[in-house]
Amino acid sequence: MLLLDNTFWPILPDPGLFIWTTVIFLLFWWLVGRSAFKPIQAALKKRETDISDALSQAEKAREEMANLKAKNEDLLVQAREERAMMLKEAKEIQERIISEAKAKADAEYRKKVESAMQEIKNREMEMLINVKNESGKMALDIAEKLLHKELKGQSEHEAFVEKLVNDIKLN
Amino acid sequence: MQRFKKRNNTRQQQNWMRNFLIILLLAFYGSMSAQGHDDHSGHNHDHSTHDHNHDHAAHAKGDHAKDDHAGHGCGHHEYAECTKGWKYDPAGTAMHHIADANAWHVVGNIYIPLPCILYAKGHGFSFFLSNKFDYSGNHGTGKKAVDRYILNHGQVMRITEDDFPMGVQDVCVVKDLDGHVTVNHHGKTYHAENKIVWDGGVIGGGGTSFYDFSISKNILTLLLAFFFLVFVFRKVAKGYATYEKQPPQGFWQRIIEPIFIFMRDDVCKPVIGPKYEKFMPFIMSLFFFILFLNLIGQVPFIGNPNVTGNIAFTMVLALFTLIVTTINGNKNYWAHVFWMPGVPAAVKLILTPIEVLGVFLKPLTLFVRLFANITAGHIVILSFVGLIFIFGDIGYCEWGIGRAGGSAIGMVMAVALTVFMSAIELLVAFLQAFIFAILSASYIGAAVEEGDHH
Repeated sequence: MLLLDNTFWPILPDPGLFIWTTVIFLLFWWLVGRSAFKPIQAALKKRETDISDALSQAEKAREEMANLKAKNEDLLVQAREERAMMLKEAKEIQERIISEAKAKADAEYRKKVESAMQEIKNREMEMLINVKNESGKMALDIAEKLLHKELKGQSEHEAFVEKLVNDIKLN
Repeated sequence: MQRFKKRNNTRQQQNWMRNFLIILLLAFYGSMSAQGHDDHSGHNHDHSTHDHNHDHAAHAKGDHAKDDHAGHGCGHHEYAECTKGWKYDPAGTAMHHIADANAWHVVGNIYIPLPCILYAKGHGFSFFLSNKFDYSGNHGTGKKAVDRYILNHGQVMRITEDDFPMGVQDVCVVKDLDGHVTVNHHGKTYHAENKIVWDGGVIGGGGTSFYDFSISKNILTLLLAFFFLVFVFRKVAKGYATYEKQPPQGFWQRIIEPIFIFMRDDVCKPVIGPKYEKFMPFIMSLFFFILFLNLIGQVPFIGNPNVTGNIAFTMVLALFTLIVTTINGNKNYWAHVFWMPGVPAAVKLILTPIEVLGVFLKPLTLFVRLFANITAGHIVILSFVGLIFIFGDIGYCEWGIGRAGGSAIGMVMAVALTVFMSAIELLVAFLQAFIFAILSASYIGAAVEEGDHH
């Protein structure tokens, strides 16, 4: 009934609309495809690849940073160890030097003391020799004097000897 | 706390204001369409109930004064008699409103004249503006004939009789109850026929004597859509060139980008496969062209052109899909069509005709689906708006509350139902554009697919 009473135009393929649609759509496809859809797609693609590139680069940079940091820390640890070692070595050296110096000083001291003792001994000896010599000389002198003076009595003798002896003592 | 309350209050007020404005707009829309349809239905009645013989007799008596007085050419009654059925013809109105037209009915008596480009065998081309038919105040039916062409309800027809004079002639165009259009001129009755349509005469059209290549309402809409979309997309493309590697700037770029990316990532890329970039301009053109025309058809007050609900339009787009598919079909595709690999020979004999038929059936379903969805949507909305006039008739003829009383009741229902339907149609506009695009993409995808999945 619908079709009998009224022409159902939209279902009838109208050549005019057919041809015009063909022309307009072809033109649209060509024009917008060329001047819009392709450039838009290219721009979007470029933007997206740039973003993903930038992201992956940032990721890489972060990894590198992390690597660097780890390396730095390693270096720091190494440096610290080295410093500790150096300190230890320095301490050892110091101790050695001190002990060496001590030993040296000890030896020197001992040597000096020894030499001083030797000197003293030598001096003593010298003195003894001198004393011996002096006493000998003195004895000789006394003897000479004795010989030169006539011994006048026993008491006088004795006093004289005593006097000599006292002289010696005083010396 | 108080400040929050205050803000909340303001928002509520804004919401309320918005809702009020929407209702006002819809009421305005309803009343405007009521005006438009009143005029239309009045005329429709004129065709369906007016006695043709009486009209002829009036002419025979040379009673031109009466015609002049009526102003509409062939006598125009303000109201129908209830005895002869109600004056409003919902089916006719719907059919008329979804059809293409040679004059753009905006609202009420406001028409935009459109250029007519007509070609008749043996006569050649005729070019003129459709207001030469003098359709004003006559709901798209011309009071003049131009080069044997007449305008009947916005449709150009041609008088079949050779003895009808060329040039501009005063006529009275009458459509009888069987839908035949006759033309009265100086007391003589002539017959008129429709333009040629390519349906092979199967569904009510067929070969007649003339072609209509006019810039009709649909074609003007196509042109407007073309220029608008070219403008928008060039602007968007320029935006991408200017703000390189930056997020979208400006209104159009921000609207287009998510849709574009969706169509690329969820339609072209997965459906067509690795060669998608070559076919993207085609799929995008299809999608945005259909989408925009679907949406234009739903804007109130501008005449609701039904481009995507016209089979000639959808047929062309489906034909392009067929052509693109056929040109790009690889060896593997044609092997699947003509000699399906991996099945027994007996099955191949059955499969081959089905597959060959399928090559043409796929685009056929494509264009019938879009056409049927959009046209159906338009018809449903027109039917709901038609409730106003149906109830107007019932109010006048049955309930005795007058046309205004009946229309008011009809309006309440019509506004609610039309709002509901328009929301659905908005979804359908996007959905059908998407379906056309994704199915075209899948046909192309099947044609360019490499055969390594067995």
